[in-house]
Amino acid sequence: MQRIGVFVCWCGSNIAGTVDVQAVAEALKTEPGVVFSTNYQYMCSQAGQDIMKQAIKEHNLTGVVVCSCSPRMHETTFRKTAAAAGLNPYMVEIANIREQCSWVHKDMPTGTEKAIILGKAAIAKVNLNTPLTPGESPVTKRALVIGGGIAGIQTALDIADAGFEVDIVEKKPTIGGKMAQIDKTFPTLDCAACILTPKMVDVAQNEKIRIFSYAEVTDVKGFVGNFTATIKKKARYVKEDVCTGCGICTEKCPQKKVPNEFNLGMDNRRAVYIPFAQAVPKVATIDPDHCTMLKTGKCGVCAKVCTAGAIDYTQKDEFIEENYGAIVVATGYNPISMDKFDEFAYNQSKDVITSLEYERLMNAAGPTAGKLLRPSDGKHPHTIVFVQCVGSRCSACDEKGKEYCSKICCMYTAKHAMLTRDKYPDTDVYVFYIDVRTPGKSFDEFYRRAVEDYGVHYIKGMVGKVMPEGDQLKVRASDLLANKQINIDADLVVLAAAIEPDKSARPLATMLTASMDTNDFFTEAHPKLRPVESPTAGVFLSGACQGPRDIPETVAQAGAAASKVIGLLAKDKLTCNPCVASSNEIMCNGCSSCANVCPYGAITYVEKEFRQPDRTTLVRRVASVNEAVCQGCGCCTVVCPSGAMDLKGFANNQIMSEVDAICK
Amino acid sequence: MQIENKKPLIVAFCCNWCSYAGADLAGNNRLNYPAEVKIIRVPCSCRVNPMFILRAFQRGADGVILCGCHPGDCHYTSGNYYTRRRMALLFSMLDYLGIERDRTRVEWVSAAEGAKFAATMNDFVEKVTALGENKRLEDLRCKK
Repeated sequence: MQRIGVFVCWCGSNIAGTVDVQAVAEALKTEPGVVFSTNYQYMCSQAGQDIMKQAIKEHNLTGVVVCSCSPRMHETTFRKTAAAAGLNPYMVEIANIREQCSWVHKDMPTGTEKAIILGKAAIAKVNLNTPLTPGESPVTKRALVIGGGIAGIQTALDIADAGFEVDIVEKKPTIGGKMAQIDKTFPTLDCAACILTPKMVDVAQNEKIRIFSYAEVTDVKGFVGNFTATIKKKARYVKEDVCTGCGICTEKCPQKKVPNEFNLGMDNRRAVYIPFAQAVPKVATIDPDHCTMLKTGKCGVCAKVCTAGAIDYTQKDEFIEENYGAIVVATGYNPISMDKFDEFAYNQSKDVITSLEYERLMNAAGPTAGKLLRPSDGKHPHTIVFVQCVGSRCSACDEKGKEYCSKICCMYTAKHAMLTRDKYPDTDVYVFYIDVRTPGKSFDEFYRRAVEDYGVHYIKGMVGKVMPEGDQLKVRASDLLANKQINIDADLVVLAAAIEPDKSARPLATMLTASMDTNDFFTEAHPKLRPVESPTAGVFLSGACQGPRDIPETVAQAGAAASKVIGLLAKDKLTCNPCVASSNEIMCNGCSSCANVCPYGAITYVEKEFRQPDRTTLVRRVASVNEAVCQGCGCCTVVCPSGAMDLKGFANNQIMSEVDAICK
Repeated sequence: MQIENKKPLIVAFCCNWCSYAGADLAGNNRLNYPAEVKIIRVPCSCRVNPMFILRAFQRGADGVILCGCHPGDCHYTSGNYYTRRRMALLFSMLDYLGIERDRTRVEWVSAAEGAKFAATMNDFVEKVTALGENKRLEDLRCKK
């Protein structure tokens, strides 16, 4: 039999105002197992905690019930108090008589009656509580960063700076991500390459960082502190450690007509290529879909010209298994496809382009070497129309776009407009917008500069249709403020396409058992208080995989994620939640029902020897729970046909006794 | 006469991560709902064994409501999907046994939906009150 102490808290007048705490303490005194019952103004205060400690020692208590606020508030506090008095912290139960009683019920008799019943339920549960000891699991002091854009780069650098090893897995042949494609960055107009490429070099030269480029994570097993990831290194048909990045092969390859994805298909590259001059690692990659040698076996020019002898046509995909303590997701974003937006004639005219394509056109390293020329005829455009919110802030029933605001488009469109007017003052620049949203530091000043100093025409309204006619584009739009239709003959139309999470994010979330919202953005553990952690322990989020982000925010978040990772890796051992499933091996019949529903793969089967009444030994297959992996949801306890599976801390008999106490 | 005035007895199972927090939020915002609702905290809605619900009815509960995270938002990834299926089966069986549909319910309440929690409880209690006392599964041996 337990010796239970009941502590009823007044919470000032928060509880005592609607619940007669004296009567509750008195009524609970006669419950089975209760040997001590008292009430106090603030149980959570130092004085209140001292009362509890003293009572535990004086009355030799084996269980404690605190009738107070929500366990989400002070369960940890009271567990610590009990532990300080030498009681197992898991022998403490809370009856929530504030949030779920005094605050929602108005009159004293009702509140008191309910508080007594809730107290009785908690006492009934504590009577069946058993002392629990949390297990410990070791921590592998290495981190995996998935994605090598600015988010991944910054996270890796910060983690490595603290002395931990980091691996970056990037699916493209080079790290750098979207930022490498950008020309200038708002609001300061720094050249993106000038601030990004030194960081890429830092990554390459950092002894603690390894880069797996042209690679993907194909499987993740394990749990916080002990992940095992399988990384698929795709065959690039070039020996990475031998290639010097001289680029001769990329000049001599006879296959010249491969659309260059780095320039979004606006020019061509060879079948063997280095994405851009500052690529890290600077190693050539052979595109197997276009290489004549790999497809037909006849060519081999690159192997002939390579002085280092780095070309290897027989290379195969390689699978590497590595252990990590923490994983950072930094898979980033992509602009959405414009295929569904027929009204903007994106697929009909080469002169309707997306903002990222415009970025490449303006970039000195881009397909036009930084000259603003129309993709169709190479002429300089004199009238440019920018359309904002293409696919952003769409209504939910409209399947074409996204409901959310893509956040970065207002600023980059202002940047494009400003840079265009700066370089080519003879061009007319129109921007159509729904709202201009510029809430960052120095952002609104930047936008106003575009309007006031650079004379960009901002028009509130949406473009209804773009019609290619001759070599021009007829843009029909509405001006909402003047309440009239406008027609503009444009030479170039630039669409600020909405951004969406990378396609690789969804399968990755499944592998990591991390959750996603309806838009496939990763969800954070808490939107305000745990913004860089995913709900899955040990998985952290960095950059636009979590929601639209600009570069300053991404870098800030990357640093935050890195600090969380460092905090985790600095520990030698992790304490596990002791409220986990456990199976009664005598009752278990090894049917696998529990293992089938376990979302964490925490249940495995072991062969166990059992001594039978006739003194023979029987070997049976029984379930075994990995306590470090089990998160304690209790799904397995319900499917178990023999009732062998139970959840510690929320055991069948405990919940049942609560039901009984309530229904008395 | 007295039977009509008897207040119903409602057991609510709330998952720790969403609905229990939603109930706390209803408290924080002082949103009233009837005191007949007594909440039992479970780690996940999928922890609720159909046995618990049968036990509640056996012991004289007039209604049982189960609250969990919204589909897709389960803290344990998939727990509430199991709940949804299990309860669909259980409630249809209970219906067959004479426990009216309005006495049982599964509701998704997120940690942010204090107002929804209070509204759900108000509505549920109203429906159960309208049905009157539940005698169908009550085991008189359990009563002292």
